[in-house]
Amino acid sequence: MLKKRSIEEINEKIRKGKAVVLTAEQVAAMGRESSAAEVMDKVDVVTTGTFGPMCSSGVFINFGHTTPPMRMEKITLNNVPVFGGIAAVDAYIGATETALPHDQYGGAHVIEELISGKDVLLQATAKGTDCYPLTEVKSLINKDTVNEMIMFNPRNAYQNYNVAVNSTSRIKYTYMGTLLPGFGNATFSTSGELSPLLNDPDMRTIGIGTRIFFGGTTGYVAWHGTQFNTGKPANKHGVPVGNSATLALIGDAKKMSTRFIRAAYFEKYGVSMFVGVGIPIPILDEDMARRVMIRNSQIETNITDYGSPGHDTLGQTDYKTLFSGEITLNGKKIRTAPLSSVRTAREIAAILREEIAGGRFLLTAPVENFQKTAGLNSLEIRL
Amino acid sequence: MKSRRFVLTFPPDATGEPITYNLIKKYDIMVNIVKADVSPGKIGHLVMEMTAPAKTLKEGMEYMQQQNVECVPIDRKITYREDLCIHCGACSAVCFAGALTMNHKTAELTFEPEKCVMCELCLTACPLKLFSIDLG
Repeated sequence: MLKKRSIEEINEKIRKGKAVVLTAEQVAAMGRESSAAEVMDKVDVVTTGTFGPMCSSGVFINFGHTTPPMRMEKITLNNVPVFGGIAAVDAYIGATETALPHDQYGGAHVIEELISGKDVLLQATAKGTDCYPLTEVKSLINKDTVNEMIMFNPRNAYQNYNVAVNSTSRIKYTYMGTLLPGFGNATFSTSGELSPLLNDPDMRTIGIGTRIFFGGTTGYVAWHGTQFNTGKPANKHGVPVGNSATLALIGDAKKMSTRFIRAAYFEKYGVSMFVGVGIPIPILDEDMARRVMIRNSQIETNITDYGSPGHDTLGQTDYKTLFSGEITLNGKKIRTAPLSSVRTAREIAAILREEIAGGRFLLTAPVENFQKTAGLNSLEIRL
Repeated sequence: MKSRRFVLTFPPDATGEPITYNLIKKYDIMVNIVKADVSPGKIGHLVMEMTAPAKTLKEGMEYMQQQNVECVPIDRKITYREDLCIHCGACSAVCFAGALTMNHKTAELTFEPEKCVMCELCLTACPLKLFSIDLG
């Protein structure tokens, strides 16, 4: 029995087209009949995937200089304000920024249109300086006319997430979808056993510099994500219960596809963006094998009340039950619905598997692993 | 006998003829009103399930046509852009009628217009705005 394998050994097998690669769903199914030692023996890499709404996303863009040049200050793209408080013709398109008063169209829609190759209306003004005399510009841009489009998402790929219910007598419109009154439904948003950070909960193989599938192309883990929290208690299967770790991701938006980046509008909440992420997990030893074998029934999360100001925790459930279409809370049966597309998550894991098995995608060891955190700070109001 | 759902559209100048009563009494059509929005002087809508043999149903529809009441199968009133759907499942959260459900095996959305009650919650719940209802 093989006890250990290194990323270099795995990459050597990938180069030769001999690596055994399974998706996280396939290895979860295999785990019903095989031990961790057997999975370790037979499988080199497991691929994961997720395609959920991730608000903390956006694109750095460089428009190129006009003649005479301009230091763009107030900038809009298709009437959506974008952040211009950086160098002359650099800007950041935040996914959730909206074009007032048309608040159903926002940064995510601009990003989707740019990725699809469409023209987008750029309007900018400036005070004018000796080095940047131009004070106004209006033009059409697209992904071929601009220099860079770098997607940088400060918080993606949440490791687990709460289930949302509504205890009040009124409909609640939330980023977790439309929550019907009186516990009329429950929504959840991870791809369960397919989810990247649930397959390596201690992030032994995922860290700074990890090469990933990102929006239809190759991207990288840039840093730990914002609101990164490893302080959440883990269940007996080693999976944190409720929202915990996150990733900051980076990649070339010019090479992305609208199949894996889609703009969304959540009623009376605002604009968000579905982001496709897939991370390969190398099976370095039996411990990693045990991790990737995790099944939906072993992944638990909190049921929280979006009708209460503090989002009170009312109970716990697991993803097998959530995917079955019904959970029971205090004796009451509640219909469940996902918000993250498992169909696309499966597609991502399958694409990544093909890429690795075909020798076109090599694995990386983290340049640096993430530091553990004790918890999150809240914003204290002090004046 | 098959039950089918229809959307009836009443003109603002409807004669006051008891259409539903006649469908039951004269044509022997089993009628189940799912949703009604009819006010005098305005275009009115009735979402209705009708159960009858094909011939009877046809006669009833002809009668409605004579009365200037448009009667269209429900699936022709609802548009779902399946080609653009990402199968996230957000619409299935609000569809208490069970017309929109997630198939866990395929992870795909199933839409059965025959179960729709025209509550219109999916119109706003879909984050990609892929549903529309055309009531004319």
